[in-house]
Amino acid sequence: MIRCGDFKTSYAKDMAIFNSGLARCSLALFLLVLLAVPLYATSYWMDVLNRVGIAIIGALGLNILTGFTGQISLGNAAFMATGAYSTAYLASLGLPFVITIPLSGILTAVVGMIFGVPSLRLKGLYLAMATLAAHFIIEFGVTHWNSVTGGVNGTSVPAASLFALKLDSDGKVFYLIFSLMFFLVLFAKNLFRTKVGKAFVAIRDQDISAEVMGVNLFKYKLMSFGVSSFYLGVAGSLLAYQAKYISPENFPITLAIDYLAMIIIGGMGSILGSILGALFITGLPEALRLATSVLNDVFPALVGLFASLKLGVFGLAIVLFLIFEPDGMAARWRKIKTYWRLYHFSH
Amino acid sequence: MDFFLQLLLNGVVVGSIYALVGMGFVIIFKSTSVLNFAQGEFLLLGAYISLAITTSCKIPFFAAMLLTLAFAVLLGIAIERLILRPMIGKPVISIIMVTLGLSSILRAIVQGIWGTDTRPFEEIFPAAPVRIGPVPVSQAYLWSIGCVVVLLLLFSLFFKYTRTGIAMRATAFSQRIALSMGISVRFMFALAWAMAALVSAIGGILLGAIRTGVDASLALIGLKVIPVVILGGLDSIPGAIVGGLLIGVLENLAGGYLDTLVGGGIKEVAPFVILVTILMIKPHGLFGKVHIQRV
Repeated sequence: MIRCGDFKTSYAKDMAIFNSGLARCSLALFLLVLLAVPLYATSYWMDVLNRVGIAIIGALGLNILTGFTGQISLGNAAFMATGAYSTAYLASLGLPFVITIPLSGILTAVVGMIFGVPSLRLKGLYLAMATLAAHFIIEFGVTHWNSVTGGVNGTSVPAASLFALKLDSDGKVFYLIFSLMFFLVLFAKNLFRTKVGKAFVAIRDQDISAEVMGVNLFKYKLMSFGVSSFYLGVAGSLLAYQAKYISPENFPITLAIDYLAMIIIGGMGSILGSILGALFITGLPEALRLATSVLNDVFPALVGLFASLKLGVFGLAIVLFLIFEPDGMAARWRKIKTYWRLYHFSH
Repeated sequence: MDFFLQLLLNGVVVGSIYALVGMGFVIIFKSTSVLNFAQGEFLLLGAYISLAITTSCKIPFFAAMLLTLAFAVLLGIAIERLILRPMIGKPVISIIMVTLGLSSILRAIVQGIWGTDTRPFEEIFPAAPVRIGPVPVSQAYLWSIGCVVVLLLLFSLFFKYTRTGIAMRATAFSQRIALSMGISVRFMFALAWAMAALVSAIGGILLGAIRTGVDASLALIGLKVIPVVILGGLDSIPGAIVGGLLIGVLENLAGGYLDTLVGGGIKEVAPFVILVTILMIKPHGLFGKVHIQRV
């Protein structure tokens, strides 16, 4: 909803992503604060923050495919694994991160497009299963291609480097993760203002009409798989650099479910939703950990139950969001904003 | 030849369990169009409940089993009423996610109450193997095949001849027409979930008895059965049986003959390779109803 008295006097102003001075200023301020965070935060919180950044990139990727194009995918954890292992391999050859990260993204995009081919014939439930199968097949490949992936034992990843620069601490990787995240969020935001992005949304809303309108379904579905897998590959690549050691255990099927939960809880087909969902799902275990350590004196048994508590709250969050706020946190945020905009005069 | 027979037999046994669990999938999908990703957790819960009842109450196994089944029925009805009913008419992704969320909740309950260690399952069937031709077969295997055959017969007869069974098929055919014929669609949905939970609980108990122990890995079978129901056709009970046996035999043969070539793990991935192949050439499975839709 547009505020009263907010007149756009040029096309450029009408097209702007951040359409008010206040939005631009608060974004700039927020970025400044983010830049300063590694100077003050403890390594534990840097780790959490880095994981949030990676999750945002991954959730965006999945949202492009599932939220914007309507193609359900359970293969995202395997695509992240592809990106992570490509990075581990390329980095062990001594390549700098400016090459390994895009290359891992492109490799993952190719793998994603191969597994996206069934999407031409399959929809909904059946596509979900085909991508589930993709997960297990890639997982099998990862655990058995010992010379590259290190098999079940995994492989270590050298620190991200560029000539003399070595990003060997969480604080340094943070800048890499967040600058990439910022760029990829902006890219996604702009993608949906172009022909390609609009074609994605048309396929989601009604594929037959999209085809009639001249959208080449096969081409755009594959493209969506490609872009989405590129994002997931970059997320996996950053995960490899951040974790320093990766094994198949880093990419179980539950990770794929985590990412689906992010976009469901955050909001399908919403960039803001991917960000909020990634924050929520990554932050949930940390919040629970804090809560259990606070309540430790009152209920000492709680610490032993932490793992099952985490799982239960996670499942409950998904179910409750689906029943009570199916459009996710992004929709709730919009409602809150509208309410305050019209405060006092909402009738 | 003995090796081949052994693999074949193992395949049939595992396949019969797959068929049982697959039947649960199919019953729910047939009448409510929901694919229940929490089926494996139903299995897990059934196994643990029967374990808890036998160890704490000291009652005979048969009575404990009946109690477990009663509990499973209640659980199925409660889940349908609380979680699935608000989701009627929602998009596929939401329904997939709600069952995935449900599976997390159920797993959390099991972990919270019984922990993550493997619990020994009491010996229900005598351990001494029976010989069929040259191959020794454990009695638990024979019992599980027997149970599956009996259940299959019961369900086939139920869907073919009883009033309720026919009403369920009518609901699956068209909810609107079923409603206009005076069938309570809600009751049919609740019944479908109760039946699926019941079948899964039996599967859980049988698997627990075969493995002589239960732990959280039991739930993984819920995902492994997905290739089974796709192969057989998502809405066909005979399909689930044939698919279960086929996948069971194929994965055991693949495991037996190919594992040495690639270094293990073929058994886990073979069903999914079959799944992709089936989806590419015959997405509705061997016995599934074909909906023609071109994109």
